[in-house]
Amino acid sequence: MPAVAETRKTVETLGQNTYKWGFETDIEMDIAPKGLNEETIRLISARKNEPEWMLEWRLKAYRSWLEMREPTWAKVSYPPIDYQDVHYYAAPRKKPGPKSLDEVDPELLRTYEKLGIPLHEQAMLAGVEVPEGQEARPPVAVDAVFDSVSVATTFRKTLQEAGVIFCPISEAVQEHPELVRKYLGSVVPVTDNFYAALNAAVFTDGSFVFVPKGVRCPMELSTYFRINARNTGQFERTLIVVEDGASVSYLEGCTAPMRDENQLHAAVVELVAMEDASIKYSTVQNWYPGDENGRGGIYNFVTKRGACRGARSKISWTQVETGSAITWKYPSCILQGEGAVGEFYSVAVTNNHQQADTGTKMIHIGRNTRSTIIAKTISAGQSDSTYRGLVRMMPRASGARNFTQCDSLLIGDRCGAHTVPYIESRNMSARVEHEATTSKISEDQLFYCRQRGLSEEDAVGLIVNGFCKDVLKELPMEFAVEAQKLLQISLEGSVG
Amino acid sequence: MNAIAPVGVNASAFLDRGDVKSSAARRRAADFLRQAGLPRAGVEAWKYTSLRALAGVAFAAATQDVDPSAVDALLAEIETVSGLGAAAPRVVFVNGHFDAARSRLPTGVRVSTFAAEGRIGDDIDPAGDVTTALNTVLAHDGLVLVVPEGVDAGCLLLASIGVAADGAPISFHPRHSIVVEKGGRLALLDAAAGQGFYLHNPLYDITVAGGGHLSHARVQVEGQEAVHLAVSHARIAAAGLYDSFTLTLGASLSRHEVHAALTAARACVHVNGAQLLTGRQHGDLTSVITHAAPDCISRQTVKNVLSGQAHGVFQGKIHVDRIAQKTDGYQMNQALLLSDQAEIDAKPELEIYADDVKCSHGATVGALDEDQLFYLRSRGISGDVARSILIRAFLHDVVDLIDDQRLKDSLNLTVESWWKREIV
Repeated sequence: MPAVAETRKTVETLGQNTYKWGFETDIEMDIAPKGLNEETIRLISARKNEPEWMLEWRLKAYRSWLEMREPTWAKVSYPPIDYQDVHYYAAPRKKPGPKSLDEVDPELLRTYEKLGIPLHEQAMLAGVEVPEGQEARPPVAVDAVFDSVSVATTFRKTLQEAGVIFCPISEAVQEHPELVRKYLGSVVPVTDNFYAALNAAVFTDGSFVFVPKGVRCPMELSTYFRINARNTGQFERTLIVVEDGASVSYLEGCTAPMRDENQLHAAVVELVAMEDASIKYSTVQNWYPGDENGRGGIYNFVTKRGACRGARSKISWTQVETGSAITWKYPSCILQGEGAVGEFYSVAVTNNHQQADTGTKMIHIGRNTRSTIIAKTISAGQSDSTYRGLVRMMPRASGARNFTQCDSLLIGDRCGAHTVPYIESRNMSARVEHEATTSKISEDQLFYCRQRGLSEEDAVGLIVNGFCKDVLKELPMEFAVEAQKLLQISLEGSVG
Repeated sequence: MNAIAPVGVNASAFLDRGDVKSSAARRRAADFLRQAGLPRAGVEAWKYTSLRALAGVAFAAATQDVDPSAVDALLAEIETVSGLGAAAPRVVFVNGHFDAARSRLPTGVRVSTFAAEGRIGDDIDPAGDVTTALNTVLAHDGLVLVVPEGVDAGCLLLASIGVAADGAPISFHPRHSIVVEKGGRLALLDAAAGQGFYLHNPLYDITVAGGGHLSHARVQVEGQEAVHLAVSHARIAAAGLYDSFTLTLGASLSRHEVHAALTAARACVHVNGAQLLTGRQHGDLTSVITHAAPDCISRQTVKNVLSGQAHGVFQGKIHVDRIAQKTDGYQMNQALLLSDQAEIDAKPELEIYADDVKCSHGATVGALDEDQLFYLRSRGISGDVARSILIRAFLHDVVDLIDDQRLKDSLNLTVESWWKREIV
């Protein structure tokens, strides 16, 4: 099969492709000493000016974390992590707000530029004070998490008029303590798992979204997460609460600088949807995956969970995962309300020495709850990719339905693709359907494209995009373009 | 902390007996059992099946000294339901011991027993698997059968009868070795029945050589209190076929683990089964199919019909080695829940390291289809009969996969007679 041989050759030559987003910004940082103990947590809490209950909550999480063991059931392997060898706090130095972009640290601007953020948005992100009446109104609101502190939140005014709160979570702790206190940890308890407990103890920032009753959020909300500064583990915490009849679409995009040492990243995302509420959470994850020998790269151990508390509420997770050396991530839905709907659409691409163990959990508690899982996995190089999913029908979930489809595509004979679904049903009227396939790129399809003059690289890109179409079409416009580009970039290093 | 002290003690006591040869494998198995104990919650392979019922039970080693009329009655029932006829060859084990008087040995094959040959059963690594380890330590007897090259050995009944007296739980751990040499053929109907509280822990060491063909239908109709923990280790060579089927009807707690390895090109394995459980029965069918060579085929269809508070478990893994290109694997698991308290847990798993493969699996769980019921009822068929037609059709699909007609007929008969007893 010459086509395959050629593909392999391309893989090898392109294995060392430069990571497009691999750059590191050199800004003065305010860094806590390495290591984790109660002192570190008190320091973080003090820096954040947090109320007493918040500190107590963190300490409780820390104490339970001490008792917990790192999970080992996932199909990933990595050298043991020294949790004492990590900086748990890093914040850019605060300066008084600059008057124009000229006063902004040029390094910061360059970072934004590489991220493709338009100039007027850059100004707002950098905290430039904009004269009254000059605010532009682009359709996407951005809350940039520059390492650990949200540098700025844009478009807050437009959102405020609609009654939507969109701000860094540290700010929400100050300004809306009653909301944060009510919902923080209510979906992912501090004792939920090893990484979630660690996050609860040391999280530095993240986003908070609150959409009040009956409000349709006027714009798509977006956060750029960036991991910066050497050896700074990042622990974001995101909390999105959508009240009765309200809706929001939230985009999360990630890029990270190239570096040598593995970096730990343990985020927690909690979603709460009340009656008739709907949350669409989309992620494009492109953290540094390590070089072609598997050195470096992010360890991405994330806990994402949404609770559909009200009747007819809906939570939809869409993710395109192309980055990270190791991914451990299972965005889940707890379907409590009658007729609640959970969705999970995922594309996971692994290449070189990447390892991904990802999937979802759909816990059907309420009657007539429905869930759909579409997971597409593409493995290339020497990578390993696992879909791990749980569908559980509880005794009271009468009339509940689930449909699951997992498809894996293997490119090359040194990678692995695995499917591990768990199906548990304790209600006779609940219906579960599961399908999974594993195959390689069809020679026929490849031949068809090539004889019509497409290069192999384009043909593979086309086929892979078609393979992922069911998921990509779920992405919001802003992301769909970036995701397709990302797939292509990831495949550049794998097939052409 | 040793959760299985009773079994562990039993194992050591057995090892210490003078008349039993000790071996490295036995010592390894015993060490494993002493250290690991019974599988605790959190052990992935035993995620859905708990052996707590065994902890604290002092199982005595089983003897052949039992009420002969009970044995004869159970054996007669097996034979009737098998439909093989009163003259068909059969090998009978009572409480794990070979019963020469009740057996009618087949011709054209080499038949012997584990005890007669003085075997120690050290050819399968027992570490890591409780069922295998338990059998390795305690194996005392079993069928040793070789189908010589090119011989069609026809159909053979292997009957295992367990009889335990009230209040005296026993355990027996037969180790059966079945070898089908090049081009040989055998259809094996393997039935287990009994009464009282006993643990039946058979191990099947199966080798199918190139072009060989073994059909193996297991009919598990153990007594209501029984615990049945079976494990098969099968190796299938070039162009060989191992067509296996497990029908689970009996025992309060049962598990059949199948480890099948396709070791040379064009080998084929079928690991099919059906679990029909009622009351508080727990049935577990767990399999690991390893494609260790290119161009092999594996097929698996498992159906569960669960009523009452029954708990069905299916765990099926297809493992495809890096060299196993052109693998064709298919796996289907379906469950029909007939009551609100029945539970099914399924984990169909693919682990694939070769790129040029065609592997798929599917699973469905649900109640009887209301539309289908309505269709039948609209044609004047009563609700009960309509349900029974649909359930039988559901089961028929899987029993029909057995490729040996005699075994297929026999299993259909067994399902029918179970049906009459349990449902009608």
